Formats: sequence, structure tokens, C-alpha cells
Amino acid sequence: MEIIIFKLAIILSILIFLISRLYQIYWVYLVQIIIIAVSSLWAIQCLFISDSSFEIPLMTFMGSPLLIVIDKLSAFFILVINFTMMTGSIYAKGYLKPYLENKSKLEMAFHLFNLLWLHISMLFVVMFRDALSFLIIWEIMSLSSFFLVIFENDKKETIKIGIKYLIQMHIGVVFILLAFIIAAVQSGSEFSFDGLSVYFASHNPFFIFLLFFMGFGIKAGFIPLHSWLPHAHPAAPSHVSGIMSGVMIKLGIYGILRVLTYIHHDLFYIGLFILVISLISGLIGVSMAIVQHDVKKLLAYHSIENIGIIGIGIGLGVIGIAVKIPILAVLGFAGGILHILNHSLFKSLLFFTAGSVYKQTHTRNIEDLGGLIKKMPKTAIFFLLGALAISGLPPFNGFISEFLIYSGMFKSLQVGDLFTDIVLLFSFTGLAIIGGLAVFCFTKVFSIIFLGNPRTEKVEHATEISSSMFIPYYMIGFMIIAIGLAPVIFIQPIGAIVNIFVGNTSAIEQVIPTLNNISISSAIFIVMIGILFFLRALQQKNQTIKQQATWGCAYKGANAGLHQYTATSYADNFGQLAKQLVNVKKDFKEFGKEEIFPEKREFETHSSDIFENNLITKPSDFVIKWFEKLAVFQTGKIQHYLLYSLVFLIVVFLLTFINWI
Amino acid sequence: MLSLIFIIISAIFIPGVIAKIKSKIGGRRMPSVFQPLFDIIRLFKKGAIYSPTTSIIFKIAPIIYFSSVLMAAFFVPMAGQQGLLSFDVDFVFFAYLLALGKFMMIISAMDTGSGFEGMGANREALYSMLVEPAFFVLVGTLALFTQNSSFQDLYVNLHTSTQLSIIIGIAALYVITYISMVENSRMPIDDPKTHLELTMVHEVMILDNSGFDLAIIHIASWLKFAIYGTIISNFVVQSSWPIYIQIVSYLLIQMGYASTVGILESFSARNKMGKNPQWIIMLSAIAVVTFLTTLIITQKIILN
Repeated sequence: MEIIIFKLAIILSILIFLISRLYQIYWVYLVQIIIIAVSSLWAIQCLFISDSSFEIPLMTFMGSPLLIVIDKLSAFFILVINFTMMTGSIYAKGYLKPYLENKSKLEMAFHLFNLLWLHISMLFVVMFRDALSFLIIWEIMSLSSFFLVIFENDKKETIKIGIKYLIQMHIGVVFILLAFIIAAVQSGSEFSFDGLSVYFASHNPFFIFLLFFMGFGIKAGFIPLHSWLPHAHPAAPSHVSGIMSGVMIKLGIYGILRVLTYIHHDLFYIGLFILVISLISGLIGVSMAIVQHDVKKLLAYHSIENIGIIGIGIGLGVIGIAVKIPILAVLGFAGGILHILNHSLFKSLLFFTAGSVYKQTHTRNIEDLGGLIKKMPKTAIFFLLGALAISGLPPFNGFISEFLIYSGMFKSLQVGDLFTDIVLLFSFTGLAIIGGLAVFCFTKVFSIIFLGNPRTEKVEHATEISSSMFIPYYMIGFMIIAIGLAPVIFIQPIGAIVNIFVGNTSAIEQVIPTLNNISISSAIFIVMIGILFFLRALQQKNQTIKQQATWGCAYKGANAGLHQYTATSYADNFGQLAKQLVNVKKDFKEFGKEEIFPEKREFETHSSDIFENNLITKPSDFVIKWFEKLAVFQTGKIQHYLLYSLVFLIVVFLLTFINWI
Repeated sequence: MLSLIFIIISAIFIPGVIAKIKSKIGGRRMPSVFQPLFDIIRLFKKGAIYSPTTSIIFKIAPIIYFSSVLMAAFFVPMAGQQGLLSFDVDFVFFAYLLALGKFMMIISAMDTGSGFEGMGANREALYSMLVEPAFFVLVGTLALFTQNSSFQDLYVNLHTSTQLSIIIGIAALYVITYISMVENSRMPIDDPKTHLELTMVHEVMILDNSGFDLAIIHIASWLKFAIYGTIISNFVVQSSWPIYIQIVSYLLIQMGYASTVGILESFSARNKMGKNPQWIIMLSAIAVVTFLTTLIITQKIILN
């Protein structure tokens, strides 16, 4: 029954091309409501009611039935996808309003059609087990997101970035395809995820896992496979960046997790590999984020950092299974999986609020902003909420997942052997540094955008966004606080998912009293804040409250906007510490010795990604250089081309003659 | 409960003791030990001045900062006496709670739109980021050594385990003492008595706070000082001692801690600003060495 409704919705999505521009978005809502209702029903049934996974035949595909399979892992991802797509679409309505004027009906319909298909394809990605249909739907996901990224196609740069994204996604598909083929051929099993279990049972899993990791890692954005992320997110419209960063890159993680469910031996090095890559991603991601000026690029680097945190959890979980420390395995996986949900929440919130700032000020450069909290107070508060949550501070959701990972680490220190302990030492040190750097980064970005005085007149005309765009803010904000204050509700279903990997999940039961204590402590904390507010109000009731300019050594001639700390200066002392890593270049003219009255000067800083430079740009430049040299053959004269074919024929003839081919 | 009471009591006396020691050494007349307390009471009787540049952030930040520090005090045990709240891996909550307070103070400083305060906020953000790993490696060491993972159990078991605990204890004591200097913005990281805005770290961040807000920020700093003093004293005071000896030795250590800070601040000069990061990273390095030593003691590294 539900499957017919589901199929009907998919067909309905095509009709969007017939609808007039103003009502297209409502058509999207209609289709999405059906999709979300049906798929969430399945997911909830699987996650909370039934104990096993279930299969539903979708259609007959090339003679064989195509099944959608929902287990607890898929169900979790379905819910995450649905929630973020829902908030993203609601946000899109307000965000796309200014574009309605200069985009044609067809362009608009195509964008929204792709939005729907991104949703549909993401759902199928987590529900298909057959390799061929999985790869096809994975392609559709990449393609629809590509079209979403190039929405502002009047900018040449956007198209370029979009194509870069598409190429990298295809390289990813090659690895996944290769992994499936090798596994299927070597073990003679079927061409599907389930076929992998046959392969892994008799072979060393590392090589195939590595191929899968490369393929899925490009989507997830693990360093050094991340270079599309910092370009695609700023180029895409904000609802798309929020969705892509919130859930689409997580499907890379899904792929890795799915493959891991079939591997049951030789896990130690796989875990170590994931952990090392994740620590590097986390540290470099956040370091690069600190030196960015473009707010969306900064958030994109933070996605890399958070993928790193998720990976740390998963890596530790896998190591925990390998060295038989159940508490590390369970809490590592639980923290990692919970962080998937958490990151989808706060990252989409941050992208939406940053998008609102862009929409109202038309700039993404944070150096042009400042003092926006007075113009856009609600957006500012929700950005702050997202910033606190992403920095992993209590009492918000990011803290809970990091806490689970930390407690897994600290509790297994005692039982681990030497090597495990040293791995753990690196992990918690790394996680602590990542946490500290995240605080550093988000204090910077929040204060530069929203606090202090406006730096340019772009801020002066900004106003708060329309009320429909607040709905996703509230929805996500509610979830962030709910997970932060009542984590126990969420940990039970997470435990059921962890069960797929670990089997013995009694550690979840152990951590529940601790989480309850955290809830109590957070509640006390909030009450304490409330009491203090009351006390201050009481104290200030009979006192004079004056307004006076900020202390500036009694000098009042300063330009309030320009004489503030900038994002560059804030990031500078960190940039000096991590010089090799963040690669900041400063462009300015030195003062000459004879220059008594200095002329007007400009100062610019750029940061470039060392991985992108050395792994993508330099090799591709090299290839291009050689291809350009080959271009001498392309003369444009038909006689030359005929000559080439003649030469070719002669060569083939000669080679046959001397029996070479 | 007892630990919270004693943290509060020592928080009241510590700033007075430090001031007394410093003026004694400096050859000045000593103010009463209660002088800082009188200053706070006077602040509570005052109104407040807010800059028109500031927003709601500036008003909520001191309250959240104060609450975070007071809340953190709930977790700290005193020798055998449990903290008000205690659960597994509570030190992570403790550290992140303090980080929340810092986050709020940093953005509140940035909220004033002052270049000076931005500078201070920036330094504070960098230093607290750098000191974080040292704290985690330290508690990791204790967790490894004592086979436990909550503040309370770490200490109780530190003393009841082997004689070798003294090695770990001394190294940990050294690291935690200097972590407390960073966290409390004391020498050699920050000079609380400097008069130039450009050379300040913590003090410059609160230039624009006044009245009630300034009072609770000061109290929070004292509390933080006392919290770290308590953590330090726990390395020495043992839970097996009779309760009155515990209390007396606790108070003695707190006063000793305050006097040491006073003496150090009278005789030593602050690090160069540029040298601070290096100096703080050194603490993490020492903590890592302690961790490795613990691996040897727990016979995970077998030497021969």
C-alpha cells in the first residue's frame, strides 16, 4: 500500500514543470510530505517497533525484483534525511523569493525538481542493497546535487565549481564500482552489498575497504579527499549547502558504515586507518576554517572537521571491536552515530543563518560585516546556538556525542594494552585540540559577523528575514536543545543501531545513569542562570543604568567600524602557530625608508589549501601543460587530418604485416 | 557538599591573602584580608554603565560565566569528600563547562567593539585552546593509573594504590599548578596588575563591565582560583586521614597556594606574549611524558 503511494509521489515530482512559478514550492511540499510520511513510517517501524529489518519489493528491474531493504542503520539515516530536507525546503521558500524575478519558470522548476530528486535519491541510497541500483541512484544523487549547486549559473565561477564537483564525484564512483566488481569477481558472489560478506569471509578486507573508503570518503570529505567541499558549499544557494553539508556528505559515512557491517575480522588496521584519517581531517579541517573569511567556506571546512569527529567515533568503535573492549566499541560507535544526527542539525542551522545574512547583506565576506545582532537579532541568536552546539559545549547536543566518545576513551584506558593506550592518548588529545580550535573559530566568526560595530554600509540596510524562514530555525533549535537536555531519549535507538556492529551493547545501559546526571546538571545550570538574572534585575531596579561609549583610552575620534579587531587579526596568532598547515599569504607593500608620508596602502591575506594545491591543482596543471603541447596536431586544416588517418592506416598495416597485432 | 563550602570559604580569602603577601614583599602597608570582599560589596551597591555598541550578549555573558564556574565547583571533590555532583567522566563536563563560560566572556569582549578587548579576547581564546590538551592528558594519566574515571575516584584511588603514585602525583601537581596559572590568567602567562591595555589578557576583556556584572566576574575568578587550589590540594590530602586533619591540611595548602602565587608575582616577570603559546604547549608535553611514565608503572611498557 505505502509503496504505491511512494511511487505515485515520485511520478508526481515530474509534474512540477507544469506549475506556475509562484506555486511550484507548494508542489514540492506536497510531494515531500508524502515521501516523508511514508519513509518515516517505515523507519519508525523498523527502529522502534519491529526487531528486524524488512524488505519491500519496489519494482522489477532488468528481470529481477528490486528490493528496498530497511534495517536500523537505514532507518536512522532516513529520519535524518527527512528532517533536514524538511527544514531545508521550508527555508528554501524564503531564500528563493528574490530569485523568482530573474529566473524563468523552467529554471525554477528544474531547481526544485532536483531538490525533490536529491531527497528521493538520498532515501534510496540508504535503502538499496543491490550494487547496480545503488550505483545508479548514487549517480542520480550526485547529478541532482550538481544541478542544485549550479543554481546561480549566470556566474562563470559557479559552473566551474560545479563541474569540478561532478568530476570528483565520478572519481568516487569509480572506486566504489571497482570495489564491488573486484569483490564480486574474486568471491563469485552476487553483485551487491550482501555479496561483500562472502568476499570478506575469505579474504583480507583491507584492500576492498580502502577502495570503498576512497569512494565514499570523497563524498564525505575526509582529508585529503575533501577539496570539492570548500568550493561547492559557498557556490551553492544556502538551503542546498545546508542540505548537502547536513546530510548528503553523511551518506559517504553511511557507505563506510554499511561496508563495515560485513567485515568481522582483521578490523584493527581498518579502525586505525579510519581513526588516523579522521584525526587529520578534524585537525586540519578546523585549522583551515579559522583562517577563512568567507563564512560559507568556513562552515564547509567545519563540515570536514565534524566528519573527522564522526570518523574518530567510528574508528575507535572499530578498534574497540578488534581489541575486544566492548565499552570502547559501543561508545565509539554511539558517539559517532549520534554526531551524524547532531551535525546534520547544527550545520544546517548554521548554513541557514549564514544564508540569511548573505541574503540580507549580499556579502559572504565576514570582514565586511559586524554589529548584525542589532539588525537581525533572531538570526544572531540561532547562529550562536549553532555555534555553541558545534563547539561541543554543554548543554547542547554536540557535547553529548563528544562526551560519549570521550567516556569510551577514558574508560577503556584501563583495560587497553600498550598500543591501544597510545592510540587513545592521541585520540583524546586530538579531540581536545579540535574542541579548543572550534571554540576559537566560532568565537571569531560569531563576533565578527554579529557583534561590535558595522564595518561597511552593507550592514546598515540589513533587516531581519521573513517569518517563514524562522520555522526551520525553531525546529532545528528545538532538536539541538532536546538532545542536549534529554539525551537518554535518543540514546536508546542509537544503541539499537550500534547493535548491528557490536552485538553486546550493555555499555549503553551503563552510560544511561551518566547521561541522566548530565541532564540534571544541565537543568541545575539553567536554573542557576535564571536565578542570577532575577537577582541582577532586583539589584539594578533601584540603580541608575547609564549608556556610555566603549572605553578607548578616552580617545573618541576613532572610526567605530574600522578600529575594531578583524577576523584576520583574530586568526593571525593562530595562523603564525600553524604556519605550515594553513598557508596564509599576505599581500602588502613594505614601507620604504625614504617614505616620510606613507601613501595609501592595501593589505590582503589569502589562505590556500595545501592538499588541494599538491594533490589536485599541481598534477592537473601538469597534465594540462602536456596536453597543450599535443595541441600542435590540431591545426584545423582538413588536409592534415586526412594525413593523420593515412599515417594511422599505414602504421596499422605495417604492424599487422610484422605480426605485432 | 563540604567541598563546595570549603571552596567558597577559600575563594573569599585567597585574593586577600595574595594582596597581603604582595604588599608585604613590596614594602607597602597591608590592606585587610577582607578588602577584596569589601570591593565586591561596593560593586553590588552600584548601578551599571553599558556601551551603546553592546548587545544582549554583553548582558548575558557574565551571568553564564559565573554560573559555569560555580557549576564547575560542584564537581570538584575535596579529599575524601565527594563533590556535590559526581558521575562517570565528569571531568569532561567540568572542562567543557568552563569552556562555555570562556566562550561567552570572549564574545562579550568582542561585543564592545573595542580593539583592546578584541586583543585580549583573542589571546584568551588561543591560550585556553592550547591548555585544553594538557588537562585532558593529565586526567587521562590519572584515569589510566587509578583505573577509574570520575573526579572523586581518581583522587581516592590515587593515594590508595601503590607507592609509585608519588611519582605521578608530583608530575601531575606540577602540570596542574601551571594549568591553573593559565586558566586563572596569572603569572607567567598574564600579569593581573599590569596597567597597559595592550599587555593585558584577562583584565582587558572586562574593561567595560561594571556594577553587578563586574562583581560576579570577580567572584567567578576567585572561585576558579579556589577550584584549582582544591584540585591541587587533592594530590596531597588523603582520604584516609581523619576529617579534621583533612580540613586543616586543605586550608593550609590553599593558603600556601595563594602565598606562592603572591611571592611568584612579586619576584618574577611575565613571559613575552609571543613566548606564551610555546610555554603552554610545553605543559602538554610534560603531561604526555607523565602519561608514558604511567604506562611504565602500570607495566604496559615492559622495560628490560
